[in-house]
Amino acid sequence: MSNTNSDTFTIAGQTFSSRLLVGTGKYKDFNESQAAIEASGAEIVTVAVRRTNIGQDKNEPNILDILPPEKYTILPNTAGCFDAKSAVRTCRLARELLGGHNLVKLEVLGDQKTLFPDMRATLEATEELIKDGFDIMVYTNDDPILAKQLEEMGCVAVMPLAAPIGSGLGIRNRLNIRTIVENANVPILVDAGVGTASDAAVAMELGCDGVLMNTAIAAAQNPVLMASAMRKGIEAGREAFLAGRMQAKRFASASSPIDGLFF
Amino acid sequence: MQIYINGEEKTVAAESSMAALIEQLALTDKRVAVEVNEELVPRSTFEQHLIQANDRIEIINAVGGG
Repeated sequence: MSNTNSDTFTIAGQTFSSRLLVGTGKYKDFNESQAAIEASGAEIVTVAVRRTNIGQDKNEPNILDILPPEKYTILPNTAGCFDAKSAVRTCRLARELLGGHNLVKLEVLGDQKTLFPDMRATLEATEELIKDGFDIMVYTNDDPILAKQLEEMGCVAVMPLAAPIGSGLGIRNRLNIRTIVENANVPILVDAGVGTASDAAVAMELGCDGVLMNTAIAAAQNPVLMASAMRKGIEAGREAFLAGRMQAKRFASASSPIDGLFF
Repeated sequence: MQIYINGEEKTVAAESSMAALIEQLALTDKRVAVEVNEELVPRSTFEQHLIQANDRIEIINAVGGG
């Protein structure tokens, strides 16, 4: 077995050993979020950017309080943005909020029903944000041509969907994910749509560098246990990819020798 | 003068600075970021930044999300 401790990947010059990236939405409370993040082993954690509740209780906790910067890389997202302009504004606010940190997850959505990305607006926002010095991890359709174009524009990671956000349907188009991975010179992470640990393992077996998920953990009956299952699914899939799987064959091939049969 | 904070109409004294407004809202030590009329206002400029009548101010923070 290869030493999995040295099996790292790099995004925008930063090296990570956990290939599971997690969101922080939809949990019951911060205690549950914190326990699930811990169990997932994630090093990159996403947050959203929203209006502050004016007149709030001064002691109201904030999500950043449970995410110490020495332990986690915070990845602010542009969830909820349906046009390039609001996505760019969101990224600028996030960078200011996080003290000049340039890494963002760009997603520009096309419609409420599917939450599929609006790729024209995504390309427009990508161009603007790259000019402004951002390191972009970009949410995209599972389209190999667009994935390559986003890489060529300078995105630091490309993140094709497995299935619609929050759907838990698993990887709908394995061939496209594989093609995207084979073409890529930047990390490819499946973002959105995984439902359970085997989906995460499949993404890794296809050669993805990682998987980003939120609902699959947060909406499980036991989120902390699912976070642990996802961690193992990611690790199992990664090792299987590195090991190189056997060729599938139509018919049987005996595992025990024919020589030495005594009857 | 009238301004809008996170979509709600508020009244503040003329010549108020952003720093004064943030203090008035008890957000000075909070992890927030601010934009006025869709332009970012860096925290380092809060003292100098004077609020104008009818400004649309957004004060944001991080929340759980995926």
